[in-house]
Amino acid sequence: FNNINNFNNINNNINNNYNFRKMSSLVIGERERDGSIKPATLSTITAAKQLNKPISLLFAGNSNLEQIAKQASSIEGLSQVLIIQNSQFENIVAENFSSFIIELQKKYNFTHILSGSTSFGKNVIPRIAALLDVSPVSDVISIVSEDTFKRPIYAGNAIATVQSNDSLKLLTIRSASFDKAAFSNNSNNSPIVQLDINSFLNSSSISNQSISNWESAQLTQSERPDLASARIVVSGGRALKSRENFTIIEQFADSLGGAVGASRAAVDAGYAPNDWQVGQTGKIVAPELYIGAGISGAIQHLAGMKDSKVIVVINKDTDAPFFQIADYGLVGDLFTVVPELINMIKTAKNK
Amino acid sequence: MRTLVGVKRVVDYAVKIRVRPDRLGIELGNVKMSMNPFDEIATEQAIRMKEKGFIKEIVAVSVGPKQAVETLRTSLAMGADRAIHVDTSNIETELEPLSIAKIMKELVSIEKIDLVILGKQSIDGDNNQTGQMVAALLGWPQATFASSVETISANQLRVSREIDDGLETLVVPLPAVLTADLRLNEPRYATLPNIMKAKQKPLKTLTTADFPSLSLNSRIRTITVDPPSTRTAGVRVQTTEELFEALRSKGFLA
Repeated sequence: FNNINNFNNINNNINNNYNFRKMSSLVIGERERDGSIKPATLSTITAAKQLNKPISLLFAGNSNLEQIAKQASSIEGLSQVLIIQNSQFENIVAENFSSFIIELQKKYNFTHILSGSTSFGKNVIPRIAALLDVSPVSDVISIVSEDTFKRPIYAGNAIATVQSNDSLKLLTIRSASFDKAAFSNNSNNSPIVQLDINSFLNSSSISNQSISNWESAQLTQSERPDLASARIVVSGGRALKSRENFTIIEQFADSLGGAVGASRAAVDAGYAPNDWQVGQTGKIVAPELYIGAGISGAIQHLAGMKDSKVIVVINKDTDAPFFQIADYGLVGDLFTVVPELINMIKTAKNK
Repeated sequence: MRTLVGVKRVVDYAVKIRVRPDRLGIELGNVKMSMNPFDEIATEQAIRMKEKGFIKEIVAVSVGPKQAVETLRTSLAMGADRAIHVDTSNIETELEPLSIAKIMKELVSIEKIDLVILGKQSIDGDNNQTGQMVAALLGWPQATFASSVETISANQLRVSREIDDGLETLVVPLPAVLTADLRLNEPRYATLPNIMKAKQKPLKTLTTADFPSLSLNSRIRTITVDPPSTRTAGVRVQTTEELFEALRSKGFLA
């Protein structure tokens, strides 16, 4: 009886070691327009590291891939950087990109495919998952083990710990929950592999399907830090009453060197562009400092920022629900308070 | 053009949910339920396209327990033409988005659908997956997080999408799948006469047994559901100066 158990144990160990060598993760990387690696990708790499498997980082595009590959290969803890250059990836659409990932998976047989929970990741990961008959786990905030993850539900008012029994796990990672992976100082970099598009285009799955055509984009140009990863965020709500008034929020953010956010109501009313929206269905942020001015603090807004380290609330209404989660709450008219604060900050910084 | 609109019955957005003491889910007894807000927007989008003559028929679909019929009636009252309820009352755990997508894909074939409009995400699971999956299974193009839809021709739409950096515009050939984002439209309220009329509109009930070829098993098991971490209480400051001092002392003025 003991001999049979030992045999089974040895057999399991052999299988486990073999499987361990074959397990690996793919992180689908994203680029900023200036060619740098998106902070969300760096956070996703941190999450991938917690899976304790070799990590391949992929970038797709039509130009400047060598530049980003060099940057990427100096990130600590990667096994390799994969780049694929093709005109169809100049402005990526979900359909052919997903098909390409399917072909890549056939070749590399990853056990985990991750992307940031960005508008890109959310667009492609579920499509890839359905093509591979996998149930993805979206918006992961914690890696418990290689098959168990935590994610927020009900606008973050509950946290579900879930376990996936698919042999391939597809995950989108909430950047606010994972620190950005570090770049190493030495030039002992991970290898860069240029993938040949021809090895992936022969499949009918790519050539025969109907795809969307990218026509144009209206992107916010800004010198300010990226909202999703900024250290300081200053947000305004409906109380600002106009696009012109909203500029005092921008000035406030600029005085602190922060990013600008907005409540859904402010965006709906046209006071702020959609990509400034912080909330359950907008951006999720967790800065060192979050200041909300003229925002009542609906559940859906809180979902987007309640993990901020320090929360400051400025509102005329002492009963505004937002005060319940504020570290510092000031009941006052933002049109008086904010300009005063901007002056005080500028004066202090000029000393 | 026949359109399928997906609607889900969810806990109303204004409800403060509580986690069950057994940590296996959310307290749902006696809690107000409503149509998922993004699905109202999806329904409204289909109705507007029908009013403009682009769509001929709107089929509202809900995969859920018996009470999902109420949600479908709301769709019909808003202006959908007929409804299909896939009753999951006999299934213990809620079907995953992948399973829902498989069912919707079948319905698209059976009902000869040319355009699928779903809400971007449901506010309970917050998954934001189903639309993308339906598109994948059909091999159709997808335009998610749509904030505006323009008909270019009988088989092309111009869709603006809300993305992290701003807006992106796609030209999408039909048939296709769209998912509705917040600013796509402002949904109408169903008027009382329309609510009454909706009772006469056809509502077909199916169950998962009507889809024997589909594999609808769960891949994801919920181990626990916990409340989020709580914050320690903060302080009220009385003056702007006090607030300024707080920011300075915390090192935010460096």
